[in-house]
Amino acid sequence: MRTVAIVGGSLAGLRTAETLRKDGFDGVIHFIGEETHPPYDRLPLSKELLSGKLPQENISLVSDENFAALELQLHLGVRAVGFDAASKLVSLETGEEVAADGVCLATGARPRQLGDDNPQGVYVLRTLEDCLALKAEFAVQPRRVVVVGAGFIGAEVAATARGYGLEVTMVELLEVPLSRVLGEKMGQVMADIHLEQGVDLRVGVGVEGLNSKADGRVGSVKLTDGVEIPADVVVVGIGVIPNTEWLEGSGLTLENGIVCDETLLAAPGVVAAGDVARWPNRRFGEMMRVEHWDNAIEQGIAAARRLMAGPGQERPFEPVPWFWSDQYDRKLQLAGIPSPQGEVEVVTGSLEERRFAALYEKDGKVSGVLGMNRPRHVMKYRQLIVDGVGWDDALEFASTQG
Amino acid sequence: MAYKVIVDYDLCESNAICMQVAPEVFEVRDDDFLYLLNETPGEEHRGRMEEAVNRCPKQAISLEDL
Repeated sequence: MRTVAIVGGSLAGLRTAETLRKDGFDGVIHFIGEETHPPYDRLPLSKELLSGKLPQENISLVSDENFAALELQLHLGVRAVGFDAASKLVSLETGEEVAADGVCLATGARPRQLGDDNPQGVYVLRTLEDCLALKAEFAVQPRRVVVVGAGFIGAEVAATARGYGLEVTMVELLEVPLSRVLGEKMGQVMADIHLEQGVDLRVGVGVEGLNSKADGRVGSVKLTDGVEIPADVVVVGIGVIPNTEWLEGSGLTLENGIVCDETLLAAPGVVAAGDVARWPNRRFGEMMRVEHWDNAIEQGIAAARRLMAGPGQERPFEPVPWFWSDQYDRKLQLAGIPSPQGEVEVVTGSLEERRFAALYEKDGKVSGVLGMNRPRHVMKYRQLIVDGVGWDDALEFASTQG
Repeated sequence: MAYKVIVDYDLCESNAICMQVAPEVFEVRDDDFLYLLNETPGEEHRGRMEEAVNRCPKQAISLEDL
């Protein structure tokens, strides 16, 4: 293999490039990304960068020196518009074509929008530009912020907006926020935290539409129950859509992401990583597409190694997914796959003190761990999932952990 | 070349990922603070120290050549 093309210029693509070089690949690496910036960290966009705690120059994922040392053929600010899996030819919007022997697809996902034609003052949060525009809005102290969607992004933005002292209404379709991920009991804990912090939380209701003022800016959000909430700024956090449209006709299987085998191979010589990759995780026996930070790293590394693997060296990618969310002064961490329907037991601390770790059960084993301000315990209990420990043994282990 | 592990405690938020990667070097204790158990883990641990650097969500860990 002499030439690799990495399509997608964010975390997964960067870790793929770094791993190729670290493992000794000295051929050409094309690094294609639609954003003009070198890879940056998206995590602070809803938190420290939005709040102003972190300066913009500190969100880079790699120093200029280390980025240069990767000796990449950079195509930044250029969107890939087509791909042929058989010839491994990537077409760029400039009309240029990039030929490669190995390709890593890491084009991520984009936020779902409320509608096609939104008034001014309505934001999603994915890019640095999104964040800076929203930050500028928050800085002039709008009277009323409406957050649509109480998932992790929405909840983090609501918390940051409260930090600005803004009046925040959060609208959530589910009766209990995050209940599809965390189950109702734990979802309610998260809801209570926002209520205690003064967020006006409206649950079990959707958005009917947005009303504009005479100046073209958003004026209110109309809910499906007929209620109309005045709004100066609206932030929409209702999930993401994997960026696969450009791969239609490529010969790859696209179904809620790029479908890969258990080793992340999408076609011979073609791998995928990050938010856009969907693959069977053998450890949990299910197809997964994971949108979290740590997965982008692990999958980028694994995808690079898969590209370079000789016959018999292919390894399945079977991580225990892990992520966290910071809201107010609480750090939520989730590892594994919690089963919202299964048993959940607080094994360390208590819900009342908002500092706890809880285990989720599935099929007689511990499948997930949720922690709030308990990082040490979360990481210890995550190991139980890695080791495939049975439910009773996990509870017994937890009882010795204080 | 020998190297030293450096933690920027102003950035560290005790996510404990480093502890997952290398528990003999990084330990988050009951007080929720990270303790560096060994500043100079040696060449045989360099791969995992680099992993800890890359996996830290706050980019709070760095390696410095001595």
